[in-house]
Amino acid sequence: MGATNRIVDLNVNGDRRIAGVPTHYTLLETLRYVLGLTGSKQGCDKGDCGACTVLVDGVATLSCIMPVWEAEGAEVVTVEGLARESGPHPVQDEFDLNGAAQCGFCTPGILCSAVGLLERNPAPSREEIKEALSGNLCRCTGYTKIYNAVEAAAERIRTGSADGAGRR
Amino acid sequence: MSETGGGGESRPGGTDEQRVPDGRNSQSDLNLIGSRLRKVDGFAKASGKARYADDIALPGMLHARIVRSPHPHARIVSIDSSRAEALDGVRGVVTGRDMPHTYGVIPWTPDEHPLCVDRVRYIGDGVAAVAAVDEDTAIEAAGLIEVEYEELPAYLDPRKALEATGGEDSPYIHEPRKAGWNGNITKKVHLDFGEVHALMEASDVVVEGAYFFEGTTHAPIEPHCAIGLWEPDGREAGGLSSGGGLTFPLEPGMGGQPGKHEGGVPSSHGRLTVWSSTQVPHYLHRELARVLELDPARVRVIQPPVGGAFGGKSEPFDLEFCVAALAMKTGRPVKILYTREEVFYAHRGRHPFHMRYRTGATKDGKLQSVDAQVLLDGGAYASFGLVTTYYSGQLLTAPYTMPAYRFDSVRAYTNKPACGPKRGHGSVQPRFAFEVQLDKLAEKLEMDPVGLRRSNAMGGNTRTVNELRVTSNGFVECLEAVERASGWKERWRRLPFGRGLGVAGSCYISGTNYPVYPNDMPQSAVQIQIDRSGRVAVFSGASEIGQGTDSMVAYVAAEELGVPLDYVRVFAGDTDFTPVDLGAYSSRVTFMLGNACIDAARTLKRKVQDAVAGEWGCKPREVLLAGGWALFAPDTARKLPIREAFQLAEAMFGTLGATGWYNTPKDIHGSYRGGTIGSSPAYSFTAHVAEVDVDVETGFVEVKRIWIAHDCGRALNPVLVEGQMEGSAYMGFAEALMEEQIFKSAEQGREGLHNAPSLLDYRIPTSLDTPELESLIVESLDPEGPYGAKEAGEGPLHPSIPAIANAIHDAVGIRMDALPFSPPRVWRRINEARAEGKLKKPTAPGRPIEEEVHESVS
Ligand code: FES
Ligand code: FES
Repeated sequence: MGATNRIVDLNVNGDRRIAGVPTHYTLLETLRYVLGLTGSKQGCDKGDCGACTVLVDGVATLSCIMPVWEAEGAEVVTVEGLARESGPHPVQDEFDLNGAAQCGFCTPGILCSAVGLLERNPAPSREEIKEALSGNLCRCTGYTKIYNAVEAAAERIRTGSADGAGRR
Repeated sequence: MSETGGGGESRPGGTDEQRVPDGRNSQSDLNLIGSRLRKVDGFAKASGKARYADDIALPGMLHARIVRSPHPHARIVSIDSSRAEALDGVRGVVTGRDMPHTYGVIPWTPDEHPLCVDRVRYIGDGVAAVAAVDEDTAIEAAGLIEVEYEELPAYLDPRKALEATGGEDSPYIHEPRKAGWNGNITKKVHLDFGEVHALMEASDVVVEGAYFFEGTTHAPIEPHCAIGLWEPDGREAGGLSSGGGLTFPLEPGMGGQPGKHEGGVPSSHGRLTVWSSTQVPHYLHRELARVLELDPARVRVIQPPVGGAFGGKSEPFDLEFCVAALAMKTGRPVKILYTREEVFYAHRGRHPFHMRYRTGATKDGKLQSVDAQVLLDGGAYASFGLVTTYYSGQLLTAPYTMPAYRFDSVRAYTNKPACGPKRGHGSVQPRFAFEVQLDKLAEKLEMDPVGLRRSNAMGGNTRTVNELRVTSNGFVECLEAVERASGWKERWRRLPFGRGLGVAGSCYISGTNYPVYPNDMPQSAVQIQIDRSGRVAVFSGASEIGQGTDSMVAYVAAEELGVPLDYVRVFAGDTDFTPVDLGAYSSRVTFMLGNACIDAARTLKRKVQDAVAGEWGCKPREVLLAGGWALFAPDTARKLPIREAFQLAEAMFGTLGATGWYNTPKDIHGSYRGGTIGSSPAYSFTAHVAEVDVDVETGFVEVKRIWIAHDCGRALNPVLVEGQMEGSAYMGFAEALMEEQIFKSAEQGREGLHNAPSLLDYRIPTSLDTPELESLIVESLDPEGPYGAKEAGEGPLHPSIPAIANAIHDAVGIRMDALPFSPPRVWRRINEARAEGKLKKPTAPGRPIEEEVHESVS
């Protein structure tokens, strides 16, 4: 109540989305509660957990502390936008194959951080993976399976090897 | 209801390759079970499609906020919500008086109200809730609710709480349940087995120690969330009820009077649906009906995918009652999403334990007698505390033979958020103390601590000193696996000063023989329906909280019915559609639900075999169902697509459905009062070795690696078992080094205020903090588990903490007997040891290390 609204003009997952939102809305609130893109999660709403991570112009960004108007003019990619026409992104498929998502609540954010990493560094070492994911808390996995999934996906992207089809 | 299918077009990989076996090989009759499989919900979770509670929005939905106490202990003098109600956009307010029944997950200790009625007991206790058209308005309105309090003395230390007299200046936190009792005690347990005193006296060595385990919380990444929907009964809306419209008794004084029902049927008509991020839909269902005086047949609980729980969502919370009551009052759906701060107040996490142990052994290292005293700091409410108090002693009696054992446990109430069950409920704390005691014992006896443990291992098919029945037992294999993998024999006591290895073992239940409320009904059940398309629909009552329950039943159904995994749909987490399962706690689900699913699937399998055998003119047992086919066992070239096999069965028997269920054996517990608590159909076993690096200048401990060996009976899907082992070891490591749920003292300005209710200040490990984790699965094939399986979700947490403590000792010679092993604590111990000249690598048994290393750094 009492909040003033503004119109924002966004590019999310390649779609132009124009929406009226309360001025104080963050990018996360806009994605989840206005645009219906509930894939990005809220675990703390204050920049501590990484569940809300999305890619803004390719950079992993905490959408819960980004005022939505700051995202105008940028390309925003959320977990819903990671899949390719040919199927899931290799990171997504490897998460599935490796059991890297248990409860799955951290997963959308971690996937965005991992995709952001692989786009700038196609052959990261385990240390570099740890570094890149250090802003994403996972409470379930102990991270091991997540590293395995990111490494396997990097390998698959580098070698252009077939996707995981046929593997269970 | 959430549905997760093994397939669907969005699923990568398509149909699983149809492995057609050439007859089942004799060494393993299993086709899918034991393979590394995808989870049925894996892709939904890796694509943002899984819909958690806060992802659900209903038309016209209101948002609500709970007003919470700013005082650790106070009487509520008055609540005035008139200003809030006058605010534009506010649709309803409820207070404690609207829901006057108490509840509690343990039926003997119902000591909570959905919202406090006349007393608040910790900072964060809920007193009122307000629903409004949006969250901002609800927040503003919550700030306008005026609560007048009369402050009372607060108890933060359980030792102080026990000294309370109940007088004016020393009030109890709860009224005593019987006159003359101490109202600050939830539960006292004293149990004594064998000749504790005599055997202690006769022991060649006795080790005595005092230990402290700090409280920790679950911190699931998903905050609790619930939505309530009230649909008034059409018949009633037609004017049959006295008042018309909603009849929920929300006016003070009207509500909750037992006896106002006629013929046992509650007077409120209509249907209540609550979506909640709970791990116990069944208990929530029961308590909603009881507290809100609704007919249970008119209550539906839906559990969407849950974003982590770890025991922290295993009982009803204020938000679930509030969304229900506000929905009934306003006639609109209502959502509450906890803030992260509120998650810390909801808590129900690990109890702080103050422990004393005496452990006696013979000179060749045989355990003789164990004597324990435990004080549990329970927080403001009982929660599962009655069980925790028993578990603090009952679960310690394996994996080692213990001729005599006694424990004395007391749980005190304190003015802090209630403690409850966190992964490894009640047994992680004593396990820490006990396994450090064993390390000290080994040192005194100049024995290898792995050898000491091995020589005391109890083995399988036996009873513990407290009469628990132990069947399959892979503990020694676990010890040997970590001994080998860590290079223990070559490296323990031989790493340079500052580096160390430590070992610990443990045991845990696979479910409890007795349910939380006494009843003789099944503990777990599954319903399966198959049809002419080949599709298998599994209706599972169990709670998927990330551990893979939905996948587990799909693997079992696919295994038994011979369909590809992506023919199986799992419908779960909806009390209107699924049979009752008691919930995701006490590591019960794989064991119980797995058996229930086998039961249901085999009933259908027999029908399919009969029908195909009729067609082929062979014996039913010669018909195999596997990999998408019905096969003639003597000659597998003869086969029929599974779909056609189902069609034959549907033609022969009519529509195909079956239920299956599991209940525990009831004759395997101790023959004494309390002997049922701790008894389980099977026990899992674990051993860890941890490797640490201790910086003596800063007190910083880095855990380099943890080797985790766990006897899970059989790994139904090794990927998921490893995930549980790694997640458990991570969580134990986190408690060992980083986490503490602590509160400010009066001297710090705000007595009882949570010190750090955020994920920044309550430090949980990031990827950079977490050690390398190496899983080593041990399979003992339990005689009663599904395909031999036992639990894997909680047992593997236990040894992390003592293994790290023992590794710190191996590294620099200090003993860490209080958690967490944070730099200030470790640094203090290092300085004490340095002053005493004891800061050095401990001596290896039988082979003194010459280099008697001391500080290698200046
Ligand atoms: S929601 Fe936790 S960092 Fe954004
Ligand atoms: S999978 Fe549950 S928080 Fe990461």
